[in-house]
Amino acid sequence: MLTRNLSKVALAALVALLAGCQGGVLDPKGQIGVMEKELIITATILMLLVVVPVILMTLYFAWKYREGRGEAYEPKWSHSTKIETVVWVIPIIIIAILGVITYKSTHALNPYKPIESEEEPITVEVVSLNWKWLFIYPDLGIATVNELAFPANVPVNFKITSAGTMNSFFIPQLGSQIYSMAGMETKLHLIADEPGTFKGISANYSGHGFTGMKFEAIATPTREDFQEWVEGVKASGETLSTERYEELVEPTEYHPVEYFASVKDGLYFDIIWEYMGDMGRIDFYGKPEYGAQLPEGVILPQREQKSTTHEAEEASH
Amino acid sequence: MNLLGKLSWDAIPHDPIVLVTLAIVAIGGAALFVFMTLAKKWGWLWREWLTSVDHKRLGIMYIILALVMLVRGFADAIMMRTQLAVATNGSEGYLPPHHYDQIFTAHGVIMIIFMAMPFMIGLMNIIVPLQIGARDVAFPFLNNLSFWLAVSGALLVNISLGLGEFAMTGWVAYPPLSGLEFSPGTGVDYYIWALQISGIGTTLTGVNFLVTVLKMRAPGMKLMEMPIFTWTCTWANVLIVASFPILTAALAMLTLDRYLDFHFFTNDLGGNSMMYINLFWAWGHPEVYILVLPAFGMFSEIVSTFSGKRLFGHKSMIYASGVISLLGFIVWLHHFFTMGSSANVNAFFGIMTMIIAIPTGVKLFNWLFTMYKGRIRMTVPMYWVMGFMITFSIGGMTGVLLAIPGADYVLHNSLFLIAHFHNTIIGGAVFGYLAGFAFWFPKAMGFHLDPKLGKVSFWCWFIGFFLAFMPLYVLGFLGMTRRLNHTDNPDWNVWLYIAAVGAFVIAIGIAAFVLQLILGFKNKDKNLDKTGDPWNGHTLEWSLASPPQFYNFAKIPHVEDLDAFTDMKEKGTAYQRHASYEPIHMPSNTNAGPIMGLLATAMGFALIWHIWWLAGASFIGLIVAFIFRAYASNTDYYVQPDEVARIENEHLDNVAKG
Repeated sequence: MLTRNLSKVALAALVALLAGCQGGVLDPKGQIGVMEKELIITATILMLLVVVPVILMTLYFAWKYREGRGEAYEPKWSHSTKIETVVWVIPIIIIAILGVITYKSTHALNPYKPIESEEEPITVEVVSLNWKWLFIYPDLGIATVNELAFPANVPVNFKITSAGTMNSFFIPQLGSQIYSMAGMETKLHLIADEPGTFKGISANYSGHGFTGMKFEAIATPTREDFQEWVEGVKASGETLSTERYEELVEPTEYHPVEYFASVKDGLYFDIIWEYMGDMGRIDFYGKPEYGAQLPEGVILPQREQKSTTHEAEEASH
Repeated sequence: MNLLGKLSWDAIPHDPIVLVTLAIVAIGGAALFVFMTLAKKWGWLWREWLTSVDHKRLGIMYIILALVMLVRGFADAIMMRTQLAVATNGSEGYLPPHHYDQIFTAHGVIMIIFMAMPFMIGLMNIIVPLQIGARDVAFPFLNNLSFWLAVSGALLVNISLGLGEFAMTGWVAYPPLSGLEFSPGTGVDYYIWALQISGIGTTLTGVNFLVTVLKMRAPGMKLMEMPIFTWTCTWANVLIVASFPILTAALAMLTLDRYLDFHFFTNDLGGNSMMYINLFWAWGHPEVYILVLPAFGMFSEIVSTFSGKRLFGHKSMIYASGVISLLGFIVWLHHFFTMGSSANVNAFFGIMTMIIAIPTGVKLFNWLFTMYKGRIRMTVPMYWVMGFMITFSIGGMTGVLLAIPGADYVLHNSLFLIAHFHNTIIGGAVFGYLAGFAFWFPKAMGFHLDPKLGKVSFWCWFIGFFLAFMPLYVLGFLGMTRRLNHTDNPDWNVWLYIAAVGAFVIAIGIAAFVLQLILGFKNKDKNLDKTGDPWNGHTLEWSLASPPQFYNFAKIPHVEDLDAFTDMKEKGTAYQRHASYEPIHMPSNTNAGPIMGLLATAMGFALIWHIWWLAGASFIGLIVAFIFRAYASNTDYYVQPDEVARIENEHLDNVAKG
């Protein structure tokens, strides 16, 4: 009876706790986040199957076999094949189940995997700077600082890099995070299931202005609303030229939101290539996804062109 | 060329908090100096302790180092928790990032490297040779040197408080942030040399104790019959020997990047920070098992002793520890699932990590079945064990949760993670060391501590832990990431307040612990442990006097059972009076250890401040001191049989009276 009441109280507390988690990872507003929340809850329940009995047994045994109660005492009893088999097998079963869940969920939630949707995805190039976020919309030719927008129910493909220190691009209510690293590109695919404004942060400490490295992620109700936001950005009239970018790279804290109506072609690639020699560039474009179409404004290094002609010669043979 | 390198008056911080701390340290140091001088204790301290090669004395000094650094690291913790409790709703708080960032870095480095490691190595030093029936470790001088290298690293960390700054990178010091470009100050150099010097000491300790257990066990003690604490220490030493060189190499490469313009981990010229991150955790993950496995061994000894029973599943425990040790090397990637590895790689490391929960779960069940049909005495060490089993189960569960990449994608680097690893390191390792401390204190020091204060300390730690860290789990779910300097989210405030209260409750626990020590020393004569076996122990250390005879065993015992001393007591072969004794061959104390430690400190300091002549001179000094020691001839002596007989008879008389 006592345990039943206790478990009721515990359950109520848990529910209250989860309900209280507004704005966090247990209050997801996107498909990826929802799946991750379910994963956390399933795994926790599975593990409680072992953890709760262990805690209860600890208390019970400590009470039952304490000195002076005159319970059975067998000082030499130290082995039982039966018990040892059980104590190895129970955790093995739980972990086997969790292992299967892990394998499946890791593939389902792979941040690099594009989200299946009938909607045409939006691509955003994300650059972490000290200490602010630069968002470039390559298809729209605009850029913003510390404000990100996209329509709800439309998949967003993030390509992420850093201009210096390592950060982690994270919108807790939408799900997964991924590191941003200089000279490299990481990828993340997210979607918002409903409109709203969500907090975005860097989740990897990157120096003394790190605390202020926040942005707002706005999921607009429709594509039209998004278009309106784009027009607003364009109305700023500012251009993110190489010079303007050099200014932006200088460390700042709590940087205000900035809009750029146009962006120097290939700026995102310039940022990645700043740290790459020619070989790195060739590796980068050796990937099939870039083989066919190069972004506008991208000038290939000399060696790359040679190898292209070489391939063309081979093809003509 | 500037004779003082980069060092100048500007190196002294102007922060009032730091200045007050320095003043307190200076006053305390001066008081200690005056006291020691007036009491004419310097010679005694040098001859009997600082130059000692006795594993028991080194162990005690290691633990003193750990306790001093615990207070330092805990002061950092209190400052962080109060800062975060004050700096809510957009307020800046009282610790600006420049100071706060050093504090959280120092807290991590100190608690792992200079609190937990010396505490663990200290207990291992005192107990392992006694448990295997040896007279000392295999290389007593090396043991002394290891200790002084640990002190040297700790000194460097503390010097950084008053001269220059400590790293502002987090305790992991990931490049490129820890590279010259983003951390041009001396902070990261302090970090590098403190870890490098103490890390070499730790590697030497690992080698020393592996040789000790392999070559110096008492006759009759087979490997599989070593006591469980010795076994878990042995696994930890295997991990030390295999993993610390990785840290040494990673730090060496970071050093080359910072000092000689190499490009291992820089953003440009082909460097890659991911290599450092991989190397760091290839050491860093085994490191947490180095900390926790010996604690598991302590729990095993304590449960078995106070249940008045043999340990359930001794073999199972040994294999479980071995499995944990091996798996500990193939899980390092779970520290960065979010770095963009493929799903297969992440899934592999996730599953490997959760497999570690199996042997760990087995251990918990084995402790439970040791209690089963036992006769449990609820002493202070046993309180710690109970507290551990409850706390650690929760920490293990959240650990498995973080091992699932899909969950880690949203919990990584959040306060959930902070809660998790404090849950396992405090609830597992620190509770273990405090249990071991309470358990073996009478053995090492020869008298008992007040159990009431011990229980007060336990309850404050236990309740304080839950108050301080359960809110962090919630904050992690609420989307709060780690290392924030201030916050601006009203939903978080209440949890931050509770966590701060928890830290103060733990502070009371530490105060009770210190009081227990002070009163213990004051009332020492009333609480002497005369028999040497206060708990009715199972293993050989309890067959000796408390504190043990300096040569440990007058005659090396012959071991016939897993619980060797229980076996002797049952057969009536314990406490035998011998008619005659052989001379005992013992190592002499040596001043080479402290001198080399001091030179290592000078070298580290010189390298940090680019004082090249001093770096070169102290390095040559180190080599010369080592050569002198290597060719020294007065390194050993014999204890004569009549002295052995006198000491043994005195102990046996005490036992008979007791």
